[in-house]
Amino acid sequence: MMENGFSSPRNDTFPAGLRVLVVDDDPTWLKILEKMLKKCSYEVTTCGLARDALCLLREKKDGYDIVISDVNMPDMDGFKLLEHVGLEMDLPVIMMSVDGETSRVMKGVQHGACDYLLKPIRMKELRNIWQHVFRKRIHEVRDIESLEGFESIQIPRYGSDQSDDGYLFTGEDPSMRKRKDCEGKYDERDCGDPSSSKKARVVWSVDLHQKFVQAVNQIGFDKVGPKRILDLMNVPWLTRENVASHLQKYRLYLSRLQKDDNELTTSAGGIKHTDSSKDSAGGFGLQNSMNIHHNDVSTGSYGFSGSKSFVQNLNPKSLDCEKKGIVSEPITEPKRALIVDIPNPCKVRSSQIGFESSFASLGGSQVDFTAFGSTTIPTRYSWSDVPEVLFRHESKSTELEDGFSQLPPSRSQHHIQADHIKPVPSISSSSSAADRSNHANHATSTESAIDPLPVQTKNHISITNHQAFDPLSTTALSMKSQGFNLSCISDLESTQRNISSGIETLLPSLDEDLKFCWLQGDYLAMNLGLQDFPEYYDPGIVSEVPIHLYDALRHDYDNPCDPTEYPLIEQGLFIV
Amino acid sequence: MERNQSRRQLAVMRQSLFDQGYLDEQFIQLEELQDDANPNFVEEVVTLYYRDSARLVTSIEQALRDRSPLDFNKLDSYMHQFKGSSSSIGAKKVKAESTQFREYCRAGNGEGCLRTFQQLKKEYTTLKKKLEAYFQLARQAGPNEIACRPK
Repeated sequence: MMENGFSSPRNDTFPAGLRVLVVDDDPTWLKILEKMLKKCSYEVTTCGLARDALCLLREKKDGYDIVISDVNMPDMDGFKLLEHVGLEMDLPVIMMSVDGETSRVMKGVQHGACDYLLKPIRMKELRNIWQHVFRKRIHEVRDIESLEGFESIQIPRYGSDQSDDGYLFTGEDPSMRKRKDCEGKYDERDCGDPSSSKKARVVWSVDLHQKFVQAVNQIGFDKVGPKRILDLMNVPWLTRENVASHLQKYRLYLSRLQKDDNELTTSAGGIKHTDSSKDSAGGFGLQNSMNIHHNDVSTGSYGFSGSKSFVQNLNPKSLDCEKKGIVSEPITEPKRALIVDIPNPCKVRSSQIGFESSFASLGGSQVDFTAFGSTTIPTRYSWSDVPEVLFRHESKSTELEDGFSQLPPSRSQHHIQADHIKPVPSISSSSSAADRSNHANHATSTESAIDPLPVQTKNHISITNHQAFDPLSTTALSMKSQGFNLSCISDLESTQRNISSGIETLLPSLDEDLKFCWLQGDYLAMNLGLQDFPEYYDPGIVSEVPIHLYDALRHDYDNPCDPTEYPLIEQGLFIV
Repeated sequence: MERNQSRRQLAVMRQSLFDQGYLDEQFIQLEELQDDANPNFVEEVVTLYYRDSARLVTSIEQALRDRSPLDFNKLDSYMHQFKGSSSSIGAKKVKAESTQFREYCRAGNGEGCLRTFQQLKKEYTTLKKKLEAYFQLARQAGPNEIACRPK
């Protein structure tokens, strides 16, 4: 474990004692760097050849905390070393070079360098390198927690107090704020008790990694899932989370090699780990952000920071009452915004698998795919188009007139807002269909919504769900989602077709298609509807909405994991 | 008295290396790294630099001799190493020539490369002599003088 180096007993002295491996073919620099690092109270090991460095690292697993490597070395390209270290040892690597060309630096970063120092390197730069180790440690805790969250199907909730004041109105990117919050949280936890939340880390030896790669190749990129890889690898002590984590890194690694997608990044790191549920009763109904999360890019995971979807029940009566949503949230007041935070780390992973490059065209501004291997990974998924989760309420049999305002955390910042005062026939049908299928979450939208918006999102969504279940199959949630997805698949296909055609023409015929879908009771259709809001990009609309409309719907949703009680909800979550 | 004089002389000599553009701040960095554990750190580094870079100079000379045609990629690669190395001791003029050389490499200008390399060798040698004289004087002046930064 990483902590061996500087944790418990020496924790207070951190970063003193940080174990640094310096690799440079230039003996002069090696000497200088060694001296500098020693002056920083770090433990220094120097190495003149990249190959030797790899040997050292492999021999002494967990013997180093960080690696500093020159870019140009005769025996091995520094980038190559970087990849090996990143994959096998999972250590932070700092690249250095006398060359400061942007392309070089970019290459280093793309290959996973946590920093890129220009020679001549100064002491003050080295004094600070511990931060990379520290950051990594934080991310690891985060990784593990997200994994755990995955397994136990935790649905973190945001404080209810955040729900109404709405990011909608402020225009602030909610994901940013939350990320900050989260990091603060992790920091505290990490500092307070670094060892408690940390599990033993698996060191991926060359052999182990090769087994892994073989398994991946055998299964095929499109279909890989941690479970299947684990089965194929046949390593008794390895856990599914270990594999899942490594798979993430591997994907990231591959995606880096394909640099065509420069957009990687920015919005990919939406972080939603919130465990604070201030409002247990309304816990579920808080701020609507659908955050499907993930991990930071740097740690090798993708974050879907979901946009926040705002579901508003403007006109309760417009909808049919037939719905028998299993999840019935009594809506006491018709005008409320349902807000659902769904941080779902697993989902992201699974979704990565399923995306075909063909969908990239659909993505447009909203969906960025990072291609890795044969499979494309959507690095950024703005969920603006994500259908929101509507909760149907049997008791009230309320029709939700739903306005959706969705705030995608992505740069584009789309505000989707649907205010539909008039009940649309199609909506009602859709909702009913949804109810029939017992899905609690449906985004119903009005007709007007249908036209302007690109339908792409749905496609993605549906696809995501569809394929998502493969990796997730082991968990209860995934199972449910799977079932759900399966049921929707046929519908999806047709929907997708419709969607794609609609996209090209900007949906002249969309209405019909959408209606059709809705009649089918397809969720996707609902999703589609949501996305088609003309005002999608218009922030002004958002502001126009009366605040009271945004009242969060409170759901008794204390235990999202309980399948019997809220099966629909869970499915719904996964739909998103 | 004599000691003070050599100290003053040393300070002047050191300052002139900066004033005339032979050295940059990196050299000061090295001086700051010198401590009781490594009382001759700067000299050791400089010695190491000259020992190691001599091999590169030879390689570049060799590559320039095999003209027909010049392998600019190889030359650039060598010079990249040489430049990186030269930056370690703050050899400002040498580094500048290296940069120039690499530009000629990229432009495919063989004549420019040759000319620049001659200039580079000259600066390289000049600096070596100056530094040797400096360290020798420093030894005479006493062990603490190098680390002291007159200004």
